[in-house]
Amino acid sequence: MLSRAADSLYWLSRYIERAENVARFIDVNLHLMLDLPAGATEQWEPLVITTGDEGLFAERYRAATRENVVQFLTFDRENPNSIFSCLRAARENARSVREIISSSMWEQVNIFYLMVRDLATTTRVREAPYEVFQDIRMASHLFEGLTNATMSHGEGWHFCRMGRLLERADKTSRMVDVKYFLLLPSIADVGTPFDDIQWAAVLRSTSALEMYRKRYQDLSPDRIAEFLLLDREFPRSLHYCLIKADESLHAVSGTPIGTFCNPAEQHLGQLRAELAYAQVKAIIGAGLHEFLDAFQTKLNLVGDSIFTTFFALQPIGRAVTVNMQSQSQGGNGGKGQKQY
Amino acid sequence: MASFSSYDTGDFYDEMFSASGQPRPGARLLQQRIDSLSMNELLQRQQAAERALLQRGITFNVYGDNSGAERIFPFDIVPRIIESAEWERLERGLKQRVYALNLFINDIYHEQKILKDKIIPEEIVYSARSFRQACVGLNPPRGVWCHITGTDLVRDRDGQMYVLEDNLRCPSGVSYVLESRQILKRTFPQVFGESRVRPVDDYPGRLLDMLQVLAADYLQSPTVAVLTPGIYNSAYFEHSFLAQQMGVELVEGRDLVVADGLVQMRTTRGLRQVDVLYRRIDDDFLDPLTFRPDSALGVPGLMEVYKAGRIALANAPGTGIADDKVMYAYVPKIIKYYLGEDSIIPNVPTYACWDEKERAYALSHLDKLVVKAANESGGYGMLVGPHATPAEREKFAELIQADPRNYIAQPTLSLSRVPVIVDDHFEGRHVDLRPYILYGSDIYVLPGGLTRVALKKGSLVVNSSQGGGSKDTWVVYE
Repeated sequence: MLSRAADSLYWLSRYIERAENVARFIDVNLHLMLDLPAGATEQWEPLVITTGDEGLFAERYRAATRENVVQFLTFDRENPNSIFSCLRAARENARSVREIISSSMWEQVNIFYLMVRDLATTTRVREAPYEVFQDIRMASHLFEGLTNATMSHGEGWHFCRMGRLLERADKTSRMVDVKYFLLLPSIADVGTPFDDIQWAAVLRSTSALEMYRKRYQDLSPDRIAEFLLLDREFPRSLHYCLIKADESLHAVSGTPIGTFCNPAEQHLGQLRAELAYAQVKAIIGAGLHEFLDAFQTKLNLVGDSIFTTFFALQPIGRAVTVNMQSQSQGGNGGKGQKQY
Repeated sequence: MASFSSYDTGDFYDEMFSASGQPRPGARLLQQRIDSLSMNELLQRQQAAERALLQRGITFNVYGDNSGAERIFPFDIVPRIIESAEWERLERGLKQRVYALNLFINDIYHEQKILKDKIIPEEIVYSARSFRQACVGLNPPRGVWCHITGTDLVRDRDGQMYVLEDNLRCPSGVSYVLESRQILKRTFPQVFGESRVRPVDDYPGRLLDMLQVLAADYLQSPTVAVLTPGIYNSAYFEHSFLAQQMGVELVEGRDLVVADGLVQMRTTRGLRQVDVLYRRIDDDFLDPLTFRPDSALGVPGLMEVYKAGRIALANAPGTGIADDKVMYAYVPKIIKYYLGEDSIIPNVPTYACWDEKERAYALSHLDKLVVKAANESGGYGMLVGPHATPAEREKFAELIQADPRNYIAQPTLSLSRVPVIVDDHFEGRHVDLRPYILYGSDIYVLPGGLTRVALKKGSLVVNSSQGGGSKDTWVVYE
């Protein structure tokens, strides 16, 4: 497979997944705000901080009102990580590999892009935000389903899956972090029914509430963190994402799992092992936020090494400039994390 | 009722109706079907077709439009129908022309017999911008230079078909033919079946066969790739469409590198050899070491590999020499010279401005002529005299005098028309026809081709970059 095509497939899926997760971010906050105790004011700034784009936001908007934040994260063309921008980038990538993906996949990217572009000109996102963000999530699921059902599960598909799952791992880790950044009305609320409600909102926004209930029944912050970070079976948990991304990486190289022949496999394998042998009590003891922060940085390292291993290939012994640039890991990449 | 009863064929040749207002024999079923629909139903089908085009992303980019806007190629669902007998004559004429033009190109880059015999003035060849010194003495596989041709045909008021342009470089548009056929099958399924329309869906398979034929004989399964300038090219959709339909790689210049005397692709598993390139990049940009040094689209060193016979290119570099609009005027003589035959499809009479007498005629009749730059395409650099303002004509008069070699003039043809849906009724619009011709081990002509419609009322310019649209083209069996 052409290096450039692999790069585009990886980023195509990654951008679609990112768009879906931005919709989930907004959705979790909408739910959290709904459940606020009477008299409390809505908080939207934490959302911008969690996505890592607070600098750009401050340049473009005065106040972190609901309207501004939703506009910034959904439709703002200048925000490279807005849902619209993600879909525009996904579509550009899809166009450059249009002959490799199935026509159903291409049509779905195109329809998805046109849907969000047209939404920007209506008032629907204000009038029916839950439906709009639900539609966006479903459009992304449809794309993933089409990828799995209409594209041969060969090398190209594995690059798609890697992009999607690395992005998802990053975003689930941030979703858990939203809770951390949300300033509670009072410290006394920790461990109260109100706290449970907030954790339930996080679970719901990661589509995890029912699956969590089947596994643990009672809501407890430790177990919720354990479920979203370390569960091996839930498809949005960090651990699951890394297991599957690792499988894809090894399917591409042909190296047995547990060994490595390039930096991408080494870094991903290390991170995967870290989660495999982690205990949630130790994570929380040392600080959940710090753990997530470090996780995101290591995940970026995996992304960088995938780029150098597969996409930025230099012919051996030749000084040829490769006109290929790493696409944005996003302002909300782990590097953005270091700002706070 | 979506009736043709108020449709006025005007003082033109109409492709669907004869002068008496009767549908032509091949169009009778279609006319009956459309008459049985309400205008609303017809408009719904038109909208469904447009929606399908947009959703499938069948769009083109417009140069000079910085908003990055893509437009769907405007499309009218009423097909243009070509009768069997007429098609067979066109097919023979096109094969004759492509065969002769290939002999001509091969001769120009080798012995130049046609110049020595004074059939064509030498200076026309050497002054052509499309003449490639680097191609002299090259021997493309099987001596064929132009493997893919998209000849433009037009019909005048009296019903006569003419060749308007030869398009021997990188003709585009065939993807619209294939896609609009898919849409039309859904739009008029019954009429389509009963009209017995010749299929076009096997084009990608034939294209692939032809490309594989170009590879060296010892290669069991040659690697074919389509070379595109990239996603911002106006025909990118077509490049990716054809690569997808053929199941071959779509590459950009930056994906390719010359290593060990071979053209190779950068893949996730290292470099891999390419044997045949269907290149959709102009000669100028193919190889910065041979042609334009500032080209970032091509592959440095590609021509050396080509000369060594270690990669095949379709079309071969250098075909543009037969595509120069001044050379066009000589094509009937070219056919006569190499084949000893008269051309089956005639040329439009052409005044080459480099000739003093013909220039004088052109300059004094600018209000009646169409003027074209010898080296432009896509409807750019063109004057339609009768529709132009005096200032525009004045500008072209100056251009011609400054660089007579670069201009030709032709009478303004009264192009034939077809009915198109305009709001809630039919109006006539001018059309041309671009059949596609493949030349591998033998010559194949895709039945029909691209019918381009000048959608602006009265306009004669059918190019998509100038407000043109398209129709499906049905060549019916007897």
